[in-house]
Amino acid sequence: MFDILLKSLTTGVVTTDYPRTPPQVSRQARGRPEIDFPNWTDARPAVAVCPTGALACADNDGMRNVTLDLGKCTFCGLCAEADPAIRMTNVCELAATRKSALITLAKYEIAPAGTHRKLLDHQPSILNPQPASVEAVGTELKASIGKAFGRSLHIREVDAGSCNGCEVEIVGLNSPVYDIERFGIHFVASPRHADMLLVTGPVSRNMELALRKTYDAMPAPRLVVAVGACGCSGGIFGQNYASLGGVDKVIPVDVYIPGCPPNPHALLHGILTAVGRL
Amino acid sequence: MNILPELQPTLADLTERFGGRIEAVHVPRPNEVYFHAQMELVPGFCAQLYKKWNARLVSLFADDALAQDGAFHIYYVFALYAAHGFFILRVPVSPEQPKFISLTNALPAANWQEREIQDMFGLKLEGHPNPRRCALHDDWPEVHPLRKDFDLHTVLPPFKGERHKFREVEGEGVFQVPVGPVHAGIIEPGHFLFSVAGEPVLYLQIRLFYTHKGTEKLFENIPVTHGVRLAESISGDSSFAHATAFCHAVERAANVEAPPRARALRTVCLELERIYNHIADIGAIATDVAFVVANAHAMRLKERVLRLNEHLTGNRLLRGMASLGGVRFDWSADQIEAIRQFMTWLRPEFESLVGLISDSSSTRDRLETTGILKPETARDLGVVGIAGRASGFDHDVRRDFPHAAYEGLNFVVPVYEEGDVLHRMQVRIDEVHAALSIIEQVLARMPDSPTRVSVPTLPANRIALGYVEGWRGGILHWIRTAENGRLARCKIKDPSLQNWPALSEAILGNIIPDFPVVNKSFNLSYSGTDR
Repeated sequence: MFDILLKSLTTGVVTTDYPRTPPQVSRQARGRPEIDFPNWTDARPAVAVCPTGALACADNDGMRNVTLDLGKCTFCGLCAEADPAIRMTNVCELAATRKSALITLAKYEIAPAGTHRKLLDHQPSILNPQPASVEAVGTELKASIGKAFGRSLHIREVDAGSCNGCEVEIVGLNSPVYDIERFGIHFVASPRHADMLLVTGPVSRNMELALRKTYDAMPAPRLVVAVGACGCSGGIFGQNYASLGGVDKVIPVDVYIPGCPPNPHALLHGILTAVGRL
Repeated sequence: MNILPELQPTLADLTERFGGRIEAVHVPRPNEVYFHAQMELVPGFCAQLYKKWNARLVSLFADDALAQDGAFHIYYVFALYAAHGFFILRVPVSPEQPKFISLTNALPAANWQEREIQDMFGLKLEGHPNPRRCALHDDWPEVHPLRKDFDLHTVLPPFKGERHKFREVEGEGVFQVPVGPVHAGIIEPGHFLFSVAGEPVLYLQIRLFYTHKGTEKLFENIPVTHGVRLAESISGDSSFAHATAFCHAVERAANVEAPPRARALRTVCLELERIYNHIADIGAIATDVAFVVANAHAMRLKERVLRLNEHLTGNRLLRGMASLGGVRFDWSADQIEAIRQFMTWLRPEFESLVGLISDSSSTRDRLETTGILKPETARDLGVVGIAGRASGFDHDVRRDFPHAAYEGLNFVVPVYEEGDVLHRMQVRIDEVHAALSIIEQVLARMPDSPTRVSVPTLPANRIALGYVEGWRGGILHWIRTAENGRLARCKIKDPSLQNWPALSEAILGNIIPDFPVVNKSFNLSYSGTDR
């Protein structure tokens, strides 16, 4: 008993200050890809190597529409390897309340050879809230949770066909390093006790009913957060005979957290974003 | 191609015994031998390998080869650990008589894999003790997704949610306790039906495949390079091991070997994956017997491994690192130094964590003799990996089938006979120590070479087996190539698939409150099983 206490004392506090301090991610970490749109000469080589179709283009009548969908992106960085106009940043706070906010659009006039002649239009993704305002969300958190749910937010996690990668990181929220309970947020065993459903996986056909039933068992008001590329869009599995292609194909989603898997900072950012919206 | 000398005696015995009934012997690589025969040879051939040569059935799968051979093929993959080779029996099943003989009564390891073939290919099992659906749940229409005439994007009629009929367990005071697929913790989905009399469990029925997402079919529809990324999502906690097994299979099919430095980096990544998962499991086992402080420390250590992973590969789960022909990123001297410093930090921290647990007599009391899997049962079920080594099966793909840079490394494979939770934890503790030593040995003689060689586009109908010792156990990927640089088949074999039935055996006579810790001590992959 004394040994246990001594070990805790000598270990000290290991908990991050996030969101008061920025996420502790390595410079090597691959987060949001950044594209130099004005100087981009050809989208096709990068599109060809994208395993999930997060980067896609369609040519029509001398024009090319390019989309970069963070909801599909697994941040593998193959596009950046294939194309010097693309750079992987280590930005991981990417949660959005609307799926469309995860999408960057660009329109090019193209030459007969298929290369870009001129950038006609460029609409960056509008992530909501911007990372700078997360701190504000954090401080508002207590008040907003207080208003809707008393003093705490209860989360039920559902794996709707995930590969278990997202679970590895979600479990980390309960570790002393991220310690989600410092926000008054708890993971609970039953949907009946939950205010928020945290859903991973592309929703496999075999989990559809279980997910629906879990959602139906929750009392209102309730929130749904879709986690990871699979939860947002089906990810690398997409839509097929056994995969429905995203949580919002089955139940309404309030917040989308991109990532494959999102790291615990990104998860915290998404959960805080969801609560800020209440 | 020459066959490995160690395999000669077994080959000679089989040829002598079965003679002309073996239609062809095909040796694409020295440790991978294919025997072509008819279905009637299966029981005798497999029994001879299992009983006389102590070979283990490590994978059993079908392949739709109607287009080129006019038949389905069923493959029985046996690992001869002591002789370092794989013997693979291939038998045809004609589409006119789509049925095959069950081996389950003689070789229980075949059980789930045979039923999966029945579901996914529509080949009817004969003589199986429980030939019910397994991979496709009861409400699925009569479709067979791995047949070539089934399209990946087929839209099936909406889910009707018919109830699965479990086997009845009756008697005075017998209760049934259903659990899942949505569990109380943050874990993957599966259904467990306990039949209990008082507290002890009489019978446990496990129903899985909730996370089936068409992965094997998907492999047939994407370029091989994308397959590496898909392999990373077969089982998230084994991202690197699965992706490397896949790369290994493709490289073997192309007769290409990853350069020495790439193999060294692969080895370090595989060991880092083992370390973070083993530490997490040791903590989780402690939690399940209410020793939460130990888990807090374990999670703290795990977090540091994940951060090192991120520093080395750009992703905390080592995703993006694997590549055909090697690895994607080389490490700078600074990065290698970061590994050294990390190891210096981790060693005493891990010792202290283990000390915390082993000094707690109440923890030990809960783990000792809990959830015993007897060596005989483990052998019949073909249990591999951690659970296999805790129940007396002395094997390890790293030692017996050296891949990556494991050849010539010095490490101990822990083997115990007790088969309880305590010893499954002990195997993990020993393996973390071994992993640290392996990384140290690799860093001490880090070769200088490129980290990737190009892998040519493969011609159609090349076959190859790739293998890796993941942290759970041996992972096998078998591929057959198609035209246009794609795959005609990718069979994924996670060790979990054949270990799950062992959980039903280990829990017998234990109480339900001990189920979480017994389950955690196996920590099998649902997604790796369901695919």
